[in-house]
Amino acid sequence: MNAEELEQIAESAKQESAQFDFQVNVCMGTGCLSQHSDKVKAALEKEAESSGKKCHVRRTGCMGLCAAGPMVLLSPSETRYGHVHEADAKDVIAALGQEPVTRLDPQLGTYFEGQKHVVLENSGHVDPEKIDEYIARSGYEALVKALTDMSPASVIEQISKSGLRGRGGGGYPTGLKWDTVAKVKGAQKYVICNGDEGDPGAFMDRSVLESDPQRVIEGMAIAAYAIGATKGYIYVRAEYPLAVQRLTVAIQQARRRGFLGNAICETTFSFDIDIRLGAGAFVCGEETALIASIEGKRGTPRPRPPYPAVSGLWGDPTLINNVETFANVAPIIRNGGEWFASMGTARSKGTKVFALTGKIRRTGLVEVPMGMTLRQIIFDIGGGVPDGRKFKAVQTGGPSGGCLPEEHLDLSISYDALISAGSMMGSGGMIVMDDTSCMVSVARFFMEFCMTESCGKCVPCRAGTVQMYELLSKICRGEATRRDLDHLTELCEVVGATSLCGLGQTAPNPVLSTLRYFKHEYLAHIDEKRCPAGVCAFSTHAAEVLA
Amino acid sequence: MPILAERPPLPSDDKRWRIVNGTMRKHGYSRNALIETLHTVQSSFGFLDEKAIRFVAQSLRVPLSQAYGVVTFYHFFSLKPPGRHTCTICLGTACYIRGSDKLVAETEKLLHVKAGQTTPDGEVSFTTARCVGACGRAPVVLLDGELSGQVETSELKAHLERWTTQ
Repeated sequence: MNAEELEQIAESAKQESAQFDFQVNVCMGTGCLSQHSDKVKAALEKEAESSGKKCHVRRTGCMGLCAAGPMVLLSPSETRYGHVHEADAKDVIAALGQEPVTRLDPQLGTYFEGQKHVVLENSGHVDPEKIDEYIARSGYEALVKALTDMSPASVIEQISKSGLRGRGGGGYPTGLKWDTVAKVKGAQKYVICNGDEGDPGAFMDRSVLESDPQRVIEGMAIAAYAIGATKGYIYVRAEYPLAVQRLTVAIQQARRRGFLGNAICETTFSFDIDIRLGAGAFVCGEETALIASIEGKRGTPRPRPPYPAVSGLWGDPTLINNVETFANVAPIIRNGGEWFASMGTARSKGTKVFALTGKIRRTGLVEVPMGMTLRQIIFDIGGGVPDGRKFKAVQTGGPSGGCLPEEHLDLSISYDALISAGSMMGSGGMIVMDDTSCMVSVARFFMEFCMTESCGKCVPCRAGTVQMYELLSKICRGEATRRDLDHLTELCEVVGATSLCGLGQTAPNPVLSTLRYFKHEYLAHIDEKRCPAGVCAFSTHAAEVLA
Repeated sequence: MPILAERPPLPSDDKRWRIVNGTMRKHGYSRNALIETLHTVQSSFGFLDEKAIRFVAQSLRVPLSQAYGVVTFYHFFSLKPPGRHTCTICLGTACYIRGSDKLVAETEKLLHVKAGQTTPDGEVSFTTARCVGACGRAPVVLLDGELSGQVETSELKAHLERWTTQ
């Protein structure tokens, strides 16, 4: 495979779709499939055939706006329909080339305005199980360019120049990570893609793997070339069966097209990828725990150093990046690091995908340039809080993050700004809460999560999360005193400072951030035996404590 | 040189054991294939019993304690057979904010079992999930593995009643 051959494949794929006057793309991501978009697609195909119009009904990945599923995207008119059901198929096909069906207007408002799609540029446009459609949209151009025109060092230079930082939450500079692994001497090196998206309330990685799996494979192959690895693993949650299935197909197709395997693009570079299934342990998102899990062991983390870059999978140098990080690699190599660095803020470059959920009108996936404010994302894109309720807080960063109140809505999104506000970027979950949510209960919810997900290896996390959970439950039952609150604060410090891995170190964050911004709610529970949101049911014992 | 035990024979002539064996063969009976093999057992049999864990541990030459440790460490593996139907309620953050706790309470009341248990007649297994990644459709329930979004309490109740009164 060389650049000309790649162009030929792209050309013939383009010609194939040019036979049709219209493209009817049907979202078949998990969200829309749960609303039977497969039946919608079948109905559209049947209608298309009987109408005699030259149109191609295509299965695609996620189109972003889960709230309006099942979604349909028409091309070339770029019309979007929402809530399309089987019965609507006739009208959709009949209206092709004419005025759109107003009844199916998904009321997007400004959902797509202000978004900038880099990672999601193919989502909703290509069939995830057809590699040639990916190639037709400049797919594998970056890999061919890297292998034929660039040295491994210049690939790393472009990634460093782009300012890309790890999208899994930590925000470690990707170029620096690659450079470290590249410099370590080792006969065998590995590339691992972390798709163990355990954060509750986040589904960016699932969506990317389901909608554009080739993008991740290409990113991994470029990384492998840059650091000198020959073997890769994608670690995916077993809870994502559709992602696993599409990834399996994608890997087979990439092998058949010669982008994986031996002597890729007629060079000496060889690389292959295997899938490893997670088995439902949140801690496996931590890199050393993930490595243990791939080795077939219990997913418990170990102290670092040595970092996986030096001693990772089976003791060999290993590069671990998140799904979204790998999905950013191909466009950076294709367009240059400077192009990527032109987006975003001074220290957080590019775009970020967020999963916008909770009490918000338009739930779904959004991809925005770094530096956009929370207000723009929640109100302009997401449409604000429904049912006439009042916005209370937005939770970012999953169980490691925090809740930000209204006064922080004008915070512009970047790794550092979120951390200084007491939360973190995390993998990109963004859960909006209205005034019916009790912040103490929310903190307890996350603590319960950390408590059950603690692997039990180190004491501060294993015992500390249980104690913090008990204290939070006591507050929720209205049985706590001010002393309990002091204990809780102290425990937060100890657990955060002394735990072995990120899970324990960040477990206190939801408590600390709610204490920082919503202390009055804690005090209302403790002093007045009152839950401002009306969520907590106080025990009869509560009144006695007050007396 | 340690004497390696022969690989054990298949526990029975149930065809599913051959699928399990196939997974191990694909990985060259490597110890690293433990989790992958357990996945195959779980997807073929629905759960992992002692016989299965012993068989896999012996075949891969992994200490039984390690195999049992792995099985009990990961939430995805189940040591008990599932009921005829399964109801899984997602407890991710988005689902929680949208009231999945009410769905759990309703299900517990209706089935008289706690999360993680199966009704005594073996009809319905009730479990909770950490997050199934369909947060845009919260609250989410998986009924016999099929995902339903924006589930109302009444809707879930009607569905469960259909199962229990059959």
